[in-house]
Amino acid sequence: MFDVKELEKIKAGKKKWSDGTLAKTLSKAPEKKAQSTWSGIPVECLYTPADVAGLDYDNKLGYPGEYPYTRGVQPNMFRGRFWTMRQYAGFGSAKETNARYRYLLGQGQTGLSVAFHLPTQAGYDSDHPLSMGEVGKVGAAIDHIGDMRILFDQIPLDKVTTSMTVNAAATALLAMYLSVAEEQGAKYDQLGGTIQNDVLKEIICRGQYIYPPKPTMRLTVDLIEFCQKYVPRWNSISISGYHIRESGSTAAQEMAFTIADGIAYAEACAARGIPVDSFAPRLSFFFNAFTDVLEEVAKFRAARRVWAKIMKDRFKAKDPRSMMLRYHVQTGGVTLTAQQPLNNIVRVALQTFATALGGHQSLHTNSYDEALCLPTQGAVTVALRTQQIIAEESGACVTVDPLAGSYYIEYLTDKIEAEIEDYIKKIDAMGGTLTAIEQGYIQKEIQNSAYLFQKSIDSGERAYVGVNKYVMEEPPVTDLLRVDMKVGEEKAKELKEWRAKRDNAAWKKALDKLREVSKTDTNVMPTVIEAVKAGATVGEVCDVWRDVFGQYRPKEFIS
Amino acid sequence: MAEKKIKIIVAKPGLDGHDRGAKLLSRIFAEAGMEVVYTGLRQTPEMIVEAALQEDADVVGLSSLSGVHNYFFPKVVDLLKAKKLANVLVVGGGIIPLEDIPELKKAGIAEIFGPGTSTKVIVDFIKSNVKSK
Repeated sequence: MFDVKELEKIKAGKKKWSDGTLAKTLSKAPEKKAQSTWSGIPVECLYTPADVAGLDYDNKLGYPGEYPYTRGVQPNMFRGRFWTMRQYAGFGSAKETNARYRYLLGQGQTGLSVAFHLPTQAGYDSDHPLSMGEVGKVGAAIDHIGDMRILFDQIPLDKVTTSMTVNAAATALLAMYLSVAEEQGAKYDQLGGTIQNDVLKEIICRGQYIYPPKPTMRLTVDLIEFCQKYVPRWNSISISGYHIRESGSTAAQEMAFTIADGIAYAEACAARGIPVDSFAPRLSFFFNAFTDVLEEVAKFRAARRVWAKIMKDRFKAKDPRSMMLRYHVQTGGVTLTAQQPLNNIVRVALQTFATALGGHQSLHTNSYDEALCLPTQGAVTVALRTQQIIAEESGACVTVDPLAGSYYIEYLTDKIEAEIEDYIKKIDAMGGTLTAIEQGYIQKEIQNSAYLFQKSIDSGERAYVGVNKYVMEEPPVTDLLRVDMKVGEEKAKELKEWRAKRDNAAWKKALDKLREVSKTDTNVMPTVIEAVKAGATVGEVCDVWRDVFGQYRPKEFIS
Repeated sequence: MAEKKIKIIVAKPGLDGHDRGAKLLSRIFAEAGMEVVYTGLRQTPEMIVEAALQEDADVVGLSSLSGVHNYFFPKVVDLLKAKKLANVLVVGGGIIPLEDIPELKKAGIAEIFGPGTSTKVIVDFIKSNVKSK
């Protein structure tokens, strides 16, 4: 992009500046330490065209909506319409959660995102011994199709799009959602939304696994294949780096390991015989956003470019939509501090700004009180308003990819791209993502980054406001959201009634059929739908597979 | 003669999958000279106490970020007492509101470490409060 002679001149100029003007300042006031991004990438004092000498505009940046999508997947990005503002929400009973959803939609939120409580995610009913103490705690207690009806009461599912965070048990929950939508009068092809369905990152870092890698991947692909045929607007997986970052990875590792998971899913779909351009357009992604705005922007741009190349060159995709990295973002939960919680509003605002500059598709902003408890309604409102302020007032949305062409941003984008590609090469050499996970390689890389970060905080080398710097005495926050332990007792009672009143013969027949189908290669989705319609609970469906597939118990890697 | 190593069980009660803190501290404790057993996820109070018994542990460290601390932590202390392991030091950490801490301490949890605690504070607390057998 730059003239060779011009570059020589700039190099010479920078040297002169560095030896003269800069050196003079440093001799009087030396810099306190080496500078780096929040993830630890070393950063220089000044970037010039010489640092991005290889920047080939057409091949590396191009135009938004065109390969390699570095500048964004839509031609005009937020000038046409803002991203979907989608707050992850759920607590207590289906009824309480439904009320929160209707409140959020009334406040201008444009999509729903369901938080299920941990028993649902782990495939246990609310009255299972392992569910004790957990019912309704970090999400809504959804055991059966009756709960799903209440969850979406008076919410038109043909109009609203819904995201559901459930993975190993995804098929059961999607079956309930589709059935409730149908009861409301909606057709499958009118439904839009996303189901997380990303079991690999559960094994890597999130912990809500149920079955061993192979059978759990089969369920994942069954769901993808079913949606590709019958629910064409549904994002049948949300390949998630969010939790990888929360577990301690760097920005580049977040993108690298998520893309490695993406490759594994694409390979599994291809092995099923699904043509790449039939499934790839509905692979979606989910990332984190931390407070180092510029590193985050570079990370998003780099990942778009890497994914586009992989889909085109490695998977031979032809449809441009197959090459587009479309993603949801959640601001970084782990960046929030329990100390001086109001400061988190500032962190979330910067993270939202970074996300908008990076060019995403939908966003959840965390509430400032989330290092203390589930968010209160007041805190959720500030979080949603933060998105609206960035969208309407900040200027981040009036032009596409506004930071492109910054020497630093382009340098950092290249640097992170190289690191992602390096990891992909290493993982390929090991025999692929599943092997790398089995050997604990990915887990250990993440844990080591978490360790190095903690060391830098403990030593004070990195400042964390309110944690190791600018610390102050403060009274405990008392206005916290609490989930009543009674939810568990009420749910157990309700489940008893549910099991007593369903048609026992039809229920048994449906579960027996599911067991038989699960032992074959036939796609389980239609049978799961029959089972949940016959009243089968999440726990009962998942128990069938516990019998057929066995349960997963990971090796623990401490590094 | 070398001092006897402190033996600590690091445990994740319930269905919570957030194990960054538990794994990080396992490494920090090992570096601080302790012998560490990390249980992995999805532990019932019975499993945790059984591990403490089998391993002849001096300390049990509980980590929870899903809001189940008031349910699980006291249960672990009670079961330890029932197994005549009242001498085992029990500490906890995670997303735990400050206003819950007095009750947890009354129930027998020696200390609760919230987000942002320096790992040195945790190590020092354990070293100065562990009971000799």
